[in-house]
Amino acid sequence: MEEESTGMGVEDNSKPYIYPDIELDKREGEAIEAARKLYKQPIADSDSWLEEEISRNILLTTVDALINWSRRSSIWPVNSGLACCAFEMIATAASRFDISRFGMEIFRPSPRQADLLIACGTLTWKMAPTYKRIYEQMAEPKWVIAMGACAISGGLFRRSYSVVPGINLIIPVDVYIPGCPPRPEALLHGIQQLQEKIRHYSIAKKKEQ
Amino acid sequence: MALALPATEISAKLEAQFPGSVVESSGNTIVIKPESTLQIASFLKNTPDFDFDYVSFITAVDYNTYFELVYYLISLKHNHTLTLKTRCTDRENPSVPSVNSLWKGADYQEREVYDLMGIRFEGHPNLKRILLWEGFQGYPLRKDFKPQ
Amino acid sequence: MTFKTESFVVNAGPQHPSTHGLFRMRFTLDGEVIQDVEPIFGYLHRGIEKLTEGLNYTQDIVFTDRLDYLTSMSNNHAYVLAVEKLAGIQVPERTEYLRIIMTELMRIASHLMTVGFLLNELGAFMTPLLYMFREREKILDLFEMVCGQRLTYNYFRIGGVSQDVPEEFFPAVKKYIDSLPRFIAEYDQLLAENEILLMRTKNIGILKPDAAVNCSVSGPVLRASGVNWDIRKADPYSIYDRFEFDVPTGSVGDVYDRYRMRIEEMHQSIRIIKQAMAQIPSGEIQAKVPRILRPPKGEAYAHVEAPKGELGFYIVSDGSTNPYRLHIRSSSFINLRLLRELMIGTKIADAIVIFGSIDICLGEVDR
Repeated sequence: MEEESTGMGVEDNSKPYIYPDIELDKREGEAIEAARKLYKQPIADSDSWLEEEISRNILLTTVDALINWSRRSSIWPVNSGLACCAFEMIATAASRFDISRFGMEIFRPSPRQADLLIACGTLTWKMAPTYKRIYEQMAEPKWVIAMGACAISGGLFRRSYSVVPGINLIIPVDVYIPGCPPRPEALLHGIQQLQEKIRHYSIAKKKEQ
Repeated sequence: MALALPATEISAKLEAQFPGSVVESSGNTIVIKPESTLQIASFLKNTPDFDFDYVSFITAVDYNTYFELVYYLISLKHNHTLTLKTRCTDRENPSVPSVNSLWKGADYQEREVYDLMGIRFEGHPNLKRILLWEGFQGYPLRKDFKPQ
Repeated sequence: MTFKTESFVVNAGPQHPSTHGLFRMRFTLDGEVIQDVEPIFGYLHRGIEKLTEGLNYTQDIVFTDRLDYLTSMSNNHAYVLAVEKLAGIQVPERTEYLRIIMTELMRIASHLMTVGFLLNELGAFMTPLLYMFREREKILDLFEMVCGQRLTYNYFRIGGVSQDVPEEFFPAVKKYIDSLPRFIAEYDQLLAENEILLMRTKNIGILKPDAAVNCSVSGPVLRASGVNWDIRKADPYSIYDRFEFDVPTGSVGDVYDRYRMRIEEMHQSIRIIKQAMAQIPSGEIQAKVPRILRPPKGEAYAHVEAPKGELGFYIVSDGSTNPYRLHIRSSSFINLRLLRELMIGTKIADAIVIFGSIDICLGEVDR
């Protein structure tokens, strides 16, 4: 019975870590300082689809309509909750507000299998390189929703020394949902706006880009 | 009800045991010299009358000419409390002995004080930044911190 | 034939489904057995202690909501108690009762979440979690009736609460409290005899009482190890000394005991709420406090028994409108010291369960 139990008392402690990790921490720190110097201007929102709809004379083809329908009806988000807003996102996924009716109840742990990044919560400079890496690992087509005041502009913590003032410095954003935290109904409204946006995509236009 | 011990009696005992280590005492607070932190803490922990086995928090305050470290000690057995303070006047390289060998709960708290205020703890096994990243310039909670 | 093995390092990075937020662990593994683990956090460090020095005392209440965002009412309570201690303000009776009802409802909501996520990590994928969310939504409806918010309430004020409860609040609370024990019993019946739960949680992550006290652990984790220390009984604040309730303690200190603590504490919270609703007087809800509060020079420390442990605020005032220094003693940050003790020698699957049973919230760890 002794072997089955785990856990220990006070005896051995403060022994040095087996894997000396100060080099990894220094490299991470350099990446963070580099990110802080690099990302100073916000990335422009991708709203060019609004003008082109009017200027384009060709209507969406049936193929486009079919592809857009399938893309917007089963968007899979990635587990990207940062802080308090994450709990409103989880509440949206729970049984009362039921995000599953929009086809989105599968939250993928790996960004490679997902197409939506809902940034909920405050992004700090320490997390910024990792978040950029998560965004880059997602395959096209991918979308980003900035949920909550902290993701839109830094929110309550804007003047802090370690907070990124808005995630659009790091990644391009499609839909902004204000609130602190936004209600689950607000998140669902934002998702419906995103679905409206996806309705207007065209694969022909994408090839020109 | 937790009893806040009167500091004057305790400081008399501490003066008897470690002469010259107590700077002042009032209410529930004793201010001691930084060099004798470890000895006095060890005395307070191991003496059966006091038996301070639980350190509730360790923090630091920046009064512009000196740093003040605050230790809030509780004894679960006797249900009494005591506040211990030390002052470091050196602003360039402030340094205080670490109490990690007595109370393991002091480990992360001392690292946080080092990270945010810049006070080094001698004898701490793993003193490196905990909340901010390696390479961050400066110590944010100091009053003269200028963000870039 | 001899095998040569070496240990390797695995990073359970900041974005990971089982790490309750942005928490990173660097495991040094020998096969599946953990030889060493280093917890790395700070990915949500927002600098709240520095930001509070720039705003006045009433404006700082919003920061306290975002500390442990699942228990906003308790955080508000601790902060407001510290400021009232500093400034010497006495609150009216009705306020005290309202505050206690809100914090105990918050305790039930927080424990529901903890138990739900712990079972999620044990492998019962979403079912218990969604049941817990269903009950939690009812509590959030009650809070929305009172202050209009679902998560970060900002309900307490210095010297009182922001607004009085509407008439339909107490009947709704009574209806909810009467139905809750049946729900907890139904839940318990599904899980208490479950062989997988028992095998995966009994005798895993045992924490001895001496180690717990030495590591400054607080909350249900400390009580599961057998140490009878609950701030509501040991150092009563507000009017907790008027209520009768028990403090459950465990015997072994393993994961199962910590799970049991939370279920029992929910029952005790129900008792307190019933007594408070029977005794609450009518009256005003806000003491006379100047609009811009300038507490006298000095310092104060007030701590409460938050659902996750001991939450305390140490405030130093220099006589002006803003605090000179505000330190947050958060239980999750200090309880994390246990990780290295408890995880070395276990397998990864057990390690995740141990981590879930300590129950941290990253907002409080990183502040």
